[in-house]
Amino acid sequence: MQIATKEHTAVEMVKAALEKAKQYEDYHVFVSLNEEIALKKAAEIDAKIKKGENPGRLAGVPYACKDNFLSKEGNTTASSKILEPFKSPITATAIKKLEDEGAIMIGRTNMDSFAHGSSTENSYFGPTKNAHDKTRVAGGSSGGSAVAVALGIVPFATGTDTGGSIRQPASFNGVYGIKPTYGTISRYGVVAMASSTDCIGFFADSAEDLDLLMDICAGQDPYDMTTLPDYYTEEAPHSFNKVGVIKDFDLSKVDPEIKAAFDHKLETLKSMGMEVVELDMPALKYALAVYYIIVPAEISSNLSRHDGIRYGYRNEEAKSLDEVYGKSRNDGFMPENKRRIMIGNFVLSSGFYDAYYNKAQKARTVIIKQYEDAFKKCDFILTPVTPNPAFKLGEHTSDPVSMYLEDIMSVPLNLAGIPGVAIPAGETKDSISLGVQLVGPRRSDKALLKVAADIAKQEEK
Amino acid sequence: MEITREEIDHLAMLSNFSLTDNEAESLQSDLENIIGYISELKELDTEGVEPTYQVFEMENVWRDDEIQPQEADREALLALAPAAEDHQIKVPKVL
Repeated sequence: MQIATKEHTAVEMVKAALEKAKQYEDYHVFVSLNEEIALKKAAEIDAKIKKGENPGRLAGVPYACKDNFLSKEGNTTASSKILEPFKSPITATAIKKLEDEGAIMIGRTNMDSFAHGSSTENSYFGPTKNAHDKTRVAGGSSGGSAVAVALGIVPFATGTDTGGSIRQPASFNGVYGIKPTYGTISRYGVVAMASSTDCIGFFADSAEDLDLLMDICAGQDPYDMTTLPDYYTEEAPHSFNKVGVIKDFDLSKVDPEIKAAFDHKLETLKSMGMEVVELDMPALKYALAVYYIIVPAEISSNLSRHDGIRYGYRNEEAKSLDEVYGKSRNDGFMPENKRRIMIGNFVLSSGFYDAYYNKAQKARTVIIKQYEDAFKKCDFILTPVTPNPAFKLGEHTSDPVSMYLEDIMSVPLNLAGIPGVAIPAGETKDSISLGVQLVGPRRSDKALLKVAADIAKQEEK
Repeated sequence: MEITREEIDHLAMLSNFSLTDNEAESLQSDLENIIGYISELKELDTEGVEPTYQVFEMENVWRDDEIQPQEADREALLALAPAAEDHQIKVPKVL
C-alpha cells in the first residue's frame, strides 16, 4: 500500500481518491463523502511528515468505510431510514485503530440496510452496481466497500461479514476480502446484526495489505467482551501444505465457470506442492437453514433497540407511545429487515422455539464438529464463495429464498466462528469476476493470508 | 408451511410494526416460503447433540467495576433523541 511521503503527499492521495469517487458516482458506491474533514486530516499527516514525526503505518492512505461503523464524520445510517439522521457521538474501535495509524476515511459506503442482504439492493438509498458490469449486483451486504476497492478509488475498505457479506462482494468484484476468526477485531461501535456471527474485516487488492490491516486492528478491547487477546500479531504463520476439498461441495448446483475457476485454483495449489485431501461434510447442506434461523433470531433481538425514542428517525404523526414504536419502525425498516425480524420472532416464539431455534443451535454443533474433523485431515479447505457469479440487478428481489440460496457456501464459516479469505479467481467469458475462498481453523487467519499471497506469487510465475 | 393472517398480525405485534394490508399480505407469502425452506432442517438428526449458542472461546470476561471517562457525555446522548427537554427524552403521553 502506498503511504504518504514528502514527495507523495497525503493531501494529493486523498484528493485523487475523492476525485475518483465523484468520477464513478453512477456506481453508487458511497452514501456520503467526508471531503472537508478528510482533506483537513490529510494536511495534518503532511505536517507530521514535514516535522519528521512518525505518521503511522497507514499514513495518508484514503479508505472507504462501510456505513455501519460509527464515527464522528457524517451520519452513520447503516443505509437505513431509521438511522438516517444518526450522528454518532462515539468512534468504533476499528476506525480508531486505523486512524491512529494515519488512515483517512473519505466516505461511507452503501450496503444492504442493516447488512441484511446479499446484493446491496436492500439499501434505503438504492443499489450499488458491480464494478465490472453495471447491469449486475455488487454483492452484499458490503457491496459499496468491495466496489470502492475494485474501481481503484481506495486501496482498502472496511466491511462486516455475518454470513458472507465481505467474501461474496469481494469475489463478485475481483478483490481480496477477509472474514477473520470470530472475536479477532473489536465490534465496539459497529451496528449489531447477529452477535454470535458478526465479524469485522476488510477488502484490499492483495493478501499482504489485508495482513497489515489485521495486524493493526486485531486484539482485545475492554469495550467488547467478545474480543480475543491479540493472537494475530505475535504468531508466526504455520506453513499450510494440505488442502481439503469437500467431496459433495455442489451443495446446490455450482455454475460450470465457477467450477472451472475452482479447479484451476486447485491446480495452482498442487503446483505449489500442496497435497489434496477429500472431505466428507454432509451436514454443510443444512448450514443455510441453520443460518436463516439463528441469524434472524439475533436480528429480532438486536434491532429492537431501534424504537424511534432515543435516537434515529421518529414518525412525527404518532400520537401514542405504541404508535411511535409501530410507525417509526414500520417506516424506518426495509422489507428485508421486516422479514428477518418477523422470522426471528417466529423461531423464538413459544411452540416453535424447540423445533427451530434450539434445533438450529444443535445443528450448529454438528457443523462445528464436521469442521473439527476436517481440520484433523487437512490444514485448510478450498471452496467456491458462491454457487453462481454476480447476478443481474433485480434478479432475486421478488424471491427472498432464491436470494438466500446464494449464501449457501459462505454461511457455514460464520456459524463455526472460523476464518475465510476470498481471493480472485479469474472471470467468466462475459468478464464477470469470480472468486474462491480459503477456509481455516480458528486463529489460522495469518496462515490463510500467507497461502493467499503465495498463490498470487505462483500465478505471476 | 401455511402461515395465517392472524399469525402475521401476531408476529407484527411482537415486532412492533404497524403494517399496511399490502405489506402484511406480501409478508405472509414471503414468510411461508422462508419457513418452508428452514423447515428442511428437520431432516438432520440431532438426537443427543448439545446446542452451541455462541462460538467465543472464552467465558466470564471480567472487568473492574469502575467508572471510566467516556467519549460521549449525557448532553451528547440526549442530543441524539428526536425530542428532549430538561435532560430527559420526550415521548407522547403514556397515561
